[in-house]
Amino acid sequence: MDDYNFAYLDEQTKRMIRRAILKGLAVPGYQVPFASREMPMPYGWGTGGVQVSASVMTPDDTFKVIDQGADDTTNAVSIRKFFEKTANVAVTEHTKEASVIQTRHRIPEELLTEDQILVYQVPIPEPLRFIEPRETETRKMHALEEYGLMHVRLYENIAQHGAITTAYAYPVKVEERYVMDPSPIPKFDNPKLESDAIQLFGAGREQRIYALPPFTKVVSLDFDDHPFDPSKADHPCALCCSTTSYLDEVIVDDEGGRMFVCSDTDYCASRQPKEEQAA
Amino acid sequence: MSDVIPLLDIQNLSKNYGARVGCRDVSFKLYPGEVMGVVGESGSGKSTLLNCMAGHLTPDTGQILFDTRAEGPRDTLRMSEPERRMLGRTDWAFVHQNPRDGLRMRVSAGGNVGERLMAVGARHYGNIRHAAEDWLERVEIDTDRMDDRPAQFSGGMQQRLQIARNLVSGPRLVFMDEPTGGLDVSVQARLLDLLRGLVRKMGLSAIIVTHDLAVVRLLADRLMVMKDGDVVETGLTDQVLDDPQHAYTQLLVSSVLQV
Repeated sequence: MDDYNFAYLDEQTKRMIRRAILKGLAVPGYQVPFASREMPMPYGWGTGGVQVSASVMTPDDTFKVIDQGADDTTNAVSIRKFFEKTANVAVTEHTKEASVIQTRHRIPEELLTEDQILVYQVPIPEPLRFIEPRETETRKMHALEEYGLMHVRLYENIAQHGAITTAYAYPVKVEERYVMDPSPIPKFDNPKLESDAIQLFGAGREQRIYALPPFTKVVSLDFDDHPFDPSKADHPCALCCSTTSYLDEVIVDDEGGRMFVCSDTDYCASRQPKEEQAA
Repeated sequence: MSDVIPLLDIQNLSKNYGARVGCRDVSFKLYPGEVMGVVGESGSGKSTLLNCMAGHLTPDTGQILFDTRAEGPRDTLRMSEPERRMLGRTDWAFVHQNPRDGLRMRVSAGGNVGERLMAVGARHYGNIRHAAEDWLERVEIDTDRMDDRPAQFSGGMQQRLQIARNLVSGPRLVFMDEPTGGLDVSVQARLLDLLRGLVRKMGLSAIIVTHDLAVVRLLADRLMVMKDGDVVETGLTDQVLDDPQHAYTQLLVSSVLQV
């Protein structure tokens, strides 16, 4: 363990990343370029999130990782183990106990507090990318607040399907200034972006960090006559009977049988009676 | 005419590409409701001039005074970029020769027309769609093609769609770069007819760059002839075409095939 510097990255790198994080917090929603390092994992597995987590982590922190809401998936387990080994921090699966939570594609159901930091793994930080492939041009569009094209994308949705069909990575406007990609979280989670916790977004391959300070105003883009709708599957959870949590659809047999269960495993487990958990 | 403030007042505009001359010392005034034609052979600097005026190129010297709605005449070259780009999507319109340059080929026709409205803050889907429908009708595109992509349109339809997309925001000044280039003659005729109707009805001012003398004869009130970056002759369209003074204009007029 002593072979590693605390939390894997060297101190110079962490300092550089912290600078980017501070700048991101100062300009909410603005994508700050940073010199992303090679990490001992492939791009797309959370290299951005891991670098941000490593830079904000202290030896006293309690660390939690979720992947699509679950603590027990490959990606979550391996990143948790990585920091157990390189930083020797306490780890937990309980949202309440964690001080730093790294997430891929979900915001925990449990409301976060001012003492917590939520770190997102971001594949494509640029919300305008699919409309405008040139980085020089998208930067200019952000600088000049030319966001008409975002609504063109939503317009096309409604024209083709009768409703806004963007279900994840639903674009938001931060503090009435920058349009931001909230990473591929379901749009159900968008209202939770207005949070008490610090939210940091790291994109390793694209070398961008951006941030939402606590209590930042975050508005999902929509039309007056087609308002934003944070929809979810219209079922209760099959395990904990929650009607308010975000659900995964699970195919259970070859006959097309299916069940809907909470995607947040910690939330779901905490709602089930103890004896059932043991069974 | 002297009391009227010109919509566009170009003063001593020059643009060089290194040692080569793009256009040299061009000055003219364009009054509200007036259509100015710019003709000349390929490489005469007419496209350079147009792109300088529309803000796509930065001229080396000169002034471009535009009579803005809020503050009266202002030099667009001294404006900040956000202001200039705002003009570009509200009071100005630019019709490219190739509709592919002026349209978003992967966005439906309705989305193409609605883009300018959304860019200036329209947030009501029904209203945007209604405006798009209205404009597609005005440029004679069936409204049931509204959700098709421009890639599925013919060249003439694409060009008409581009015009609708530009005029939806109610601009006061339209820049056109060879709007009928690449279209066959019957389609050209319909497009010209449409353009003439729109320009007259909306009271638009326009600057049309073309090498086609028939186009300017039909559309333009005044004509400017360019050669090697210089303006060699200006005047009323009919006057210039019927009684050309400069040797180059005489050559140009006499080169048109009489059918």
